[in-house]
Amino acid sequence: MTSPASQPGAPVPVEATFDVVNDPSSIDAVQNRIIEAIERFEYPKASVFAMRLSLHEAIANAFRHGHAGLPATMPIKVSCLIGQDKVVMAVEDQGPGFDPASVPDPTLEENLERGSGRGLLLIKAYMASASYNAKGNRLEMVYRRP
Amino acid sequence: MPAGDSRIRVKRVDGVSQVEFVDRNILDEGNIQIIGQELAAIINAESGPRLLISFGGVEHLSSAALGTLITVNNQVRARAGQLRLANIDPQIYEVFVITRLNKLFQIHASTDEAMKSFTA
Repeated sequence: MTSPASQPGAPVPVEATFDVVNDPSSIDAVQNRIIEAIERFEYPKASVFAMRLSLHEAIANAFRHGHAGLPATMPIKVSCLIGQDKVVMAVEDQGPGFDPASVPDPTLEENLERGSGRGLLLIKAYMASASYNAKGNRLEMVYRRP
Repeated sequence: MPAGDSRIRVKRVDGVSQVEFVDRNILDEGNIQIIGQELAAIINAESGPRLLISFGGVEHLSSAALGTLITVNNQVRARAGQLRLANIDPQIYEVFVITRLNKLFQIHASTDEAMKSFTA
């Protein structure tokens, strides 16, 4: 992880990018490194919960949907910029991309018993913003300190 | 499956299978799949299964785990059984609220309360 210049007296922001393959230990290692860095900024427990869950869901979606049919050894890119007031996390896969508007709303009565489709809903609920690039293969999530 | 690989603990109390999770974080998709298989085995072992899943000690729960709980709910219903959830941490309960799954499941504050809610 690298540390861009920061204001005197403020904790030094942390910036990092990781290549992650579809292996539980690889995924856990990166998630834990990012969450540990976030915890050093003393975000509230509920904030850490929200960011851990969102990061997990974004990575799971990237492999489950973005890399469907692609080799498990093909990495996704996970990046973060952690500061005192906000955390930016991005997950980019190498798949063809998708249209997030095509995901059915899992909170509708007729979709309540669907087995999937809740990851993005949770991310949007917990993050200040969550947006895909035009291709639909990179999700950027922004969390702001409450 | 070897006993050491089990991701749940089960005890039988008054005709109810009380289930607890081994892990604090129910995130790993492989473990979630094992949990689904273990719960299916309990449900399929009897007609009208009564299942109480306790989330005591669980700190994180993914959407994939929610998907497995929905499958479990359908399996229990298909066998004319009853499913109750209990002891859910407030942060995790919020996940159920966001997804509106608190409307689908019967969720109780404690094991005692959940046990009292089963009908004969």
